[in-house]
Amino acid sequence: MADHDLTQPPKDAAGVATAAPAGFAEPAPPARAARPARTRSGRPGPVAYLLRLVVIGYLFLLIAWPLYLVGQNAFKDGFDSLRDVLSDPDTVHALLLSLQIAAISVAINTVFGVGISLLLVRYDFPGKRVLNALLDVPLSVSPIVVGLALILVYGGRDGWFGPALEDAGLQIIFSTPGMVLATTFVALPLVIREVVPVLEEVGDEQEQAARSLGAGPLATFRRITLPAIKWGVAYGVVLSLARSMGEFGAVKVVSGNVLGATRTATLVVEEKYLNFDKGGAYATAFLLALVAVASVIVVSVFRPKGKR
Amino acid sequence: MSIEIIDVGKRFGDFVALDNVSVSIPTGQLTALLGPSGGGKSTLLRIIAGLETADTGRIEIEGVDATRLPPQKRNVGFVFQHYAAFKHLTVRRNIAFGLEIRRRPKAEIRERVDELLALVHLTPFADRLPAQLSGGQRQRMALARALAVAPTVLLLDEPFGALDAKVRKELRDWLRRLHDEVHVTTVFVTHDQEEALEVADEIVVINEGRVEQIGSPDDLYDRPANEFVMRFLGPVTQLGGQLVRPHDIRIHTDSPQPGDVLGRVTRITRVGFEIRVEVATGTGEVTTVTLTRDALPTLGLEVGREVALRPVAGAGLTSPADRPALRAAG
Repeated sequence: MADHDLTQPPKDAAGVATAAPAGFAEPAPPARAARPARTRSGRPGPVAYLLRLVVIGYLFLLIAWPLYLVGQNAFKDGFDSLRDVLSDPDTVHALLLSLQIAAISVAINTVFGVGISLLLVRYDFPGKRVLNALLDVPLSVSPIVVGLALILVYGGRDGWFGPALEDAGLQIIFSTPGMVLATTFVALPLVIREVVPVLEEVGDEQEQAARSLGAGPLATFRRITLPAIKWGVAYGVVLSLARSMGEFGAVKVVSGNVLGATRTATLVVEEKYLNFDKGGAYATAFLLALVAVASVIVVSVFRPKGKR
Repeated sequence: MSIEIIDVGKRFGDFVALDNVSVSIPTGQLTALLGPSGGGKSTLLRIIAGLETADTGRIEIEGVDATRLPPQKRNVGFVFQHYAAFKHLTVRRNIAFGLEIRRRPKAEIRERVDELLALVHLTPFADRLPAQLSGGQRQRMALARALAVAPTVLLLDEPFGALDAKVRKELRDWLRRLHDEVHVTTVFVTHDQEEALEVADEIVVINEGRVEQIGSPDDLYDRPANEFVMRFLGPVTQLGGQLVRPHDIRIHTDSPQPGDVLGRVTRITRVGFEIRVEVATGTGEVTTVTLTRDALPTLGLEVGREVALRPVAGAGLTSPADRPALRAAG
């Protein structure tokens, strides 16, 4: 009952018990956790083969083949189209503008996305469900509606508070800030939708442990939360980057599409295509696709296996 | 007194988790918060750690009012049931975490972590990730991590609850020995009365948000304050309308003395070294008596035999509220 076994292990000079670790009978798992062999029953049957064929065919016809054709058309005349595109200052300006806008809106969406995810997962507050539903609006509303909505609010002549901003010397619509706003709007949920499930899976015990060990909120976030969700954030960033680079409708409405000033890469593609410069259109399109595909590949290569 | 809990109350919506609880936890001892699941003991531990805030009342740790202090300012070590290991850090970095936060010199951190690794027998595993450890090893790592910052109090929330029975028993013995070496004021939550009786210096029994009794393991087992404590800490049976422990009943076949309860043996079961005898008494109740294996042949018990039962002196409930029942039975 209360007569505790007080036989103590021998102590070394440091006063530390030196009982052999063998005192714990529980075996440690091997240093490198071996992946269990495939557990599903042996050879796939004919149905499995058929399903694979359907999926592969579907993805091939819908995604791989059309994308491949864009590349093929871009290089129809060798590197000529690509060289022409890259030596045209207006097109280069458009590409750089697209990159710049994408970089800014990805940065904004990452900071706010992680913040909103923490709010959604770690805190309870009235209106949480409404906020959650609201976050999907950017994905469901047509980008062109987004563009028009932004003009109604920020338009320089008769927007809701556009004129006030314009008087203060800040032009939103037909300028970079408006294009950043539009791009940020359409890509808003992507980081959140990647980070929320990861945060939910990780739980908050590690954060509580860090707090009890003396870490303040910022140190806890930087040392514990962020490393735990970093792959979710990385994937969200990649999706946002791809989405932002490719944004067309909303940007077209708010940019004014001024050559060499507010014309982005996607607008260049449309312009060249409509002006029968198919080579230029495909070359620019190829560059756009390249950025998106490259970032997805980079993340899948560096992401540890089995981690989201 | 190391931790003073004064009139602490806590509600979750309509559910009263703690109802004006007051407990003093002595310095340097191993105290168990024991009770059924959902009784409020984990909530109390989390309030001491600052992971929950009390709705009412105060918490003092070593004389400092900690009621409104955030967890990182309380200098407590907390060990979670599911380890809460930092998955992206090695065992060594996990243990060093609190010291790194406190910006201690590198050499000091290394020395302290080496010492703790030896203490919890994890030196060979220092560079592994938590995913490469067994449950027991992870929990020892979590314990070392909590001890690294030299906490004023060490709080353990069902620390062995997620482990299998054998490892649980080993770790329990080991925690007791560790505490005899380190002497840090320790509070652990458990719903396992055997664990509490075996490991703790003092037990606080908590049920439905209230403290039922505080005392040493012997006190609680031998002198339970009420029926709940008596039933929760060990086996009980009825004798003459009174609650008694089955091993606290004398059974004999000689001529009955005044005060003996008469009955007839209905069943004899052997469980290992223990013999359980069920006796149907004249009042219609069935009383269970436990004996050691050796006692059975000398008593000559068999099913159907007339026997006399009497509780040993001092057995049964002795709280004032229950005394009338005891007298009536006597």
